[in-house]
Parts: sequence; C-alpha cells; structure tokens
Amino acid sequence: MKILKIIIIIFLIYPTNNLKAEDLEIKNKITKNLRCLICQGQSVYDSDSEFANSLKILVDKKINEGLSEDQIYEFFKNKYGEWILYDPGLNKNTYILWLLPLLIFLAGGAIIYNSFIVKK
Amino acid sequence: MRNKILSISVFLFFSIVFVIFFKGLKETNIYTPDLDIKKEIPFFHAKDFYTGKKLNTSDIFKLNQTYLLNIWSSWCLPCRKEHPLLLSLNENKKINIIGMNYKDNKINAEKFLKELGNPYKRVFEDLEGTIAIEWGAYGVPETFLIYNNKIIRKYIGPLNLNIIEEIKLLIK
Repeated sequence: MKILKIIIIIFLIYPTNNLKAEDLEIKNKITKNLRCLICQGQSVYDSDSEFANSLKILVDKKINEGLSEDQIYEFFKNKYGEWILYDPGLNKNTYILWLLPLLIFLAGGAIIYNSFIVKK
Repeated sequence: MRNKILSISVFLFFSIVFVIFFKGLKETNIYTPDLDIKKEIPFFHAKDFYTGKKLNTSDIFKLNQTYLLNIWSSWCLPCRKEHPLLLSLNENKKINIIGMNYKDNKINAEKFLKELGNPYKRVFEDLEGTIAIEWGAYGVPETFLIYNNKIIRKYIGPLNLNIIEEIKLLIK
C-alpha cells in the first residue's frame, strides 16, 4: 500500500516537473552567454530586469521546442545583433579580436626564440 | 642585417597595433541599437486584449497597409506621456495603430485606456514579455512603423512631436 502511495505521488509530481536537470544546465549556460542589453555589464542570467526575465522565459520555450544551443544564439543574434552574445563568432568585424592575441603570442615566442635559444 | 630586419619588423608591428588601438579609442563603444532596419515582422501568437481570442501575425498585419505597433503598459509613466500623441496621430486615416499590452494587469490596463482614451485599432496581450523579444524590443514604451509586413522604423522610448512629424512624413 505504501509503495502504491509513493508511486501515485511520483506520478502526480512528474508531469509538472517539465524542466529536466539537463535542460536547466543548458538554459543557464545560454543565459550566461547572453548580454542583458538594458543593464550595465550583466548577463541575462545575473539580471532580474523585465527584459532579462522575458528572455529567460523565451530561452526556456526555445529549448522545449527542441532548438539547439547554436540555433538559439542565432535567433537572438537575428533579433538584437552580435552584441547580445558575450562570445562573438569569427567574422570580418571580430577577426582582429580573435587573431591579435595569437599574433602577439607568436611574436613573443619568436623574440624569445631569437634572443635565448639561437644565442646559445 | 638580421638584427635590423628584426627591429624594423618589431617597430612596424607595434606601430600597427598602436594605430588599431588608437582608432579604437575614438570609436564609441556605447551600444547603439539599429533603428533603421528593414526586417520582416516576426511570426507570433497572441491573445486579443478584449475578446481573448487567439491571434497570429497575419490576423493583425495585412499587406499594403501602414501600421504603428506601440508597446505600452499601464505601469509605465512615459507611456502615459506619449498617449496624447498617439491619439492625435490616430486622426490620420492612413495609419492603423496597434497596441501591445506589455506585462500588464488587465484591470489596470482597461482603466488606463478608459481614462486617457483608446487610440488603438487593436490591442493584444503580451503577459510574459516574450512577444516583445520576438520583435526585438528592449522594453516599454517602444514603437515600430510597419509597411507591407516590413519594419521600416523603430523608436525606442517615448514618442515626441518630432517623431510624430517624421512618421507623418513617412506615411504620406
């Protein structure tokens, strides 16, 4: 009898719990990478503004619709532009941002190689 | 000889980096949203404010017509200020003003319209604020000028007399 009760309780609770742990994790990951456009220096995840709260609901909806993480980023990029992403993709506006650290790293390596290793 | 090439390349490298950053300094990094967009209007489902019937984009927006979508709320003070301007614009028969009631309490919203007048041909609800996001809106008040199912202009914040004049010119 006790087991039956537990089963009934689980059965009643289960359908209301539609956000699976995995979904929650990916939702947090996505909202952490979305900029809250009306706040200063806050991600959607951190913010409690009207804008951010609506965005969280929409991210939830999109996950439930079965969209992948990249598709969701693409959706928001279409609406608000590249600026909404904290982690912008590689394109003609951002290539300096991506390549400059690499170039500096290589140049530094070359200087070290020249002045220490070659001299020896 | 090798040393010379090295020093010249290092010099060149740093001057290029300097120029890039110096130019970057002068560019404002304050975020300015794109206002002059020619985008298709998004597809959405909404509930009619008065009848509670389900609507979608094609029920509200028809081709070859000019619409002004205004996002408003009874708790938003600037909306109260821009409301007389919407009423005056409503006298122009060429434009259909549509209202999106953003995250509002229905009783308060009805009171708001009763008190200040209703310039809207149609009002639909956006209780969660998600439809506003579909439109690419930031908050209330915000206004979109739409023709032929395309967003022609977007006005963030309350309307003012200059904007009303601009809208009148655009829809001529």
